[in-house]
Amino acid sequence: MPNAALTLELKNEVEDLLNRYVQCIDDDDLEQWPDFFTEDCLYQVIPRENHEMGLPTAVMWCDSRGMLEDRITALRHANVYQVQWYRHLISNPVISTDDGDTFNVQSNYAVFKTCNDGESTVYNVGRYVDVIVRDKGVLKFKKRTAIYDTHRITTLMVIPI
Amino acid sequence: MNAITPPHLKWPADAGCTAVPYSVFNNQEVYDLEQDKLYNGKTWNFLAAEAELPEKGSFKSTYIGDTPVVVTRGHDEEIYAWVNRCAHRGAEICRERHGVKEDGAYTCVYHQWSFDAKGDLRGVPFQRGLAGKGGMPKDFDRKQHGLRTVRVVNYHGAIFGTMSDETPAIEEYMGEDVSYHFKRILNRPIEILGTTRQYIKGNWKFYSENTKDPYHASLLHLFHATFGLYRSSQKGASIINNDFHSVLWASSGTEDQGALDDMKKDKLRTLQTGEYELNDMSLLAGKQEFDDGITLVILSAFPSLVLQQIQNTLAFRQILPKGKDAFELVWTYFGYKDDPEEIRNIRLKQFNLIGPAGLISMEDGESTELCQNAIVRDGKYTNVIRMAGDEAKGDDHLVTEGLIRGLWKGYRELMDF
Repeated sequence: MPNAALTLELKNEVEDLLNRYVQCIDDDDLEQWPDFFTEDCLYQVIPRENHEMGLPTAVMWCDSRGMLEDRITALRHANVYQVQWYRHLISNPVISTDDGDTFNVQSNYAVFKTCNDGESTVYNVGRYVDVIVRDKGVLKFKKRTAIYDTHRITTLMVIPI
Repeated sequence: MNAITPPHLKWPADAGCTAVPYSVFNNQEVYDLEQDKLYNGKTWNFLAAEAELPEKGSFKSTYIGDTPVVVTRGHDEEIYAWVNRCAHRGAEICRERHGVKEDGAYTCVYHQWSFDAKGDLRGVPFQRGLAGKGGMPKDFDRKQHGLRTVRVVNYHGAIFGTMSDETPAIEEYMGEDVSYHFKRILNRPIEILGTTRQYIKGNWKFYSENTKDPYHASLLHLFHATFGLYRSSQKGASIINNDFHSVLWASSGTEDQGALDDMKKDKLRTLQTGEYELNDMSLLAGKQEFDDGITLVILSAFPSLVLQQIQNTLAFRQILPKGKDAFELVWTYFGYKDDPEEIRNIRLKQFNLIGPAGLISMEDGESTELCQNAIVRDGKYTNVIRMAGDEAKGDDHLVTEGLIRGLWKGYRELMDF
């Protein structure tokens, strides 16, 4: 029986991870953001057009926890950008697992961005495709790919999706 | 000579190309004139990499300025381009970004007029009427109603298009030194690795200036500087050909100690070296690919292309104006067809450095918008472009605005301003 290992408890645990991840970013707790990933991980933000053509180029492509941390160090100390806040809405998570330890999850997201002028705009819309594993008892992303439909990025992207 | 200059566009007398009135960045009349005289005039505009049109029937929709253009590969293997406007009633014919037309037919959905890859009209529904009624007059000649064609050239795997028959041959247009650097990067067949698009709310010429401006590189882009990838004190040069085509190049690891000491005296925020370290140095673990040791090339082929090498990243940046105060920057990333897996992976990782989320390039969009925001009501005021003198020329260093002066010198000439 497919997905027999997915109990209600596990489903809640996965959804809790999805929720805490976006809350961490929206609350600007970006120093905690790498903790959502396993040490050996892959985080990508890739336009849908590349994904569909099988082309590998991503705008963010981090294959270690160290690279995730470096993104945040650069954001805090090197990169120059106007004040901005994200608000993620996530929905429709579809979770599948064979063993209750590794989860393949897909969910939709929309990121609204608000800058100093006070206008909130739909900044980036797409879907997350995740591989989630249990790491020392806690669920973490082994692989998180944000495939974005909004293939024209306004101004720049500095905060992770 | 200045008869067509918009009346409110006052270029300061005797300032040469060291002071530009801000109204050129924020004026509809100037924008419209640019579309006529630059984009529809005697300029070569980047349309596609040949590798984006790999087979018979391949096509890509793009623009020259804000005019929609489709570039195609015919069943005769030749590359063609035409304005994406049906010869009948003006509708957009090709509505996809790219693809392959197996039958080689581009058919307008409105009345199904059908064109081939060259833009020639092949079919008109009901041309002879239905049951003896209607139809086109007898003197209607399909040969007279092809699409507006664009002259194209395939220059070392990059397809350029021009609307004018008078535009000089591409190498003459680009100039000897700039075309040397162009061929240096496009020295063998390439593999397309992907595209990203960035929408920037500023005039396209603020970005043109940016790509000819080595002065800002170590001051705005702090990631660069902080980790020693590039500083103004590094060995490098700026080159101008035919006024508005240019190359900036630098090689890393060739720092001039005297220049570095001067920078430290200035106490710039640039020099936070040592304070922050990368956790994962693999991001910068590049490979020397070129025998000349050059690790950075920003080649600007006015008005629409920037070809770049930054470390091991290679990309075309196509500048597409979207009105007087916005443009789209299309990044097409590539490697070489014969890349070993190792170097391909290095490129993919280093793409973190460039593009809309690029650790060393994201601020270029920001700086463009900062300028656009500030000049709104100040069209009669001018900027100051005097770093390294008042001449429009290249230099054997990177502490110069000479290339930006070249841009404006060429611009004024072409625009008759």
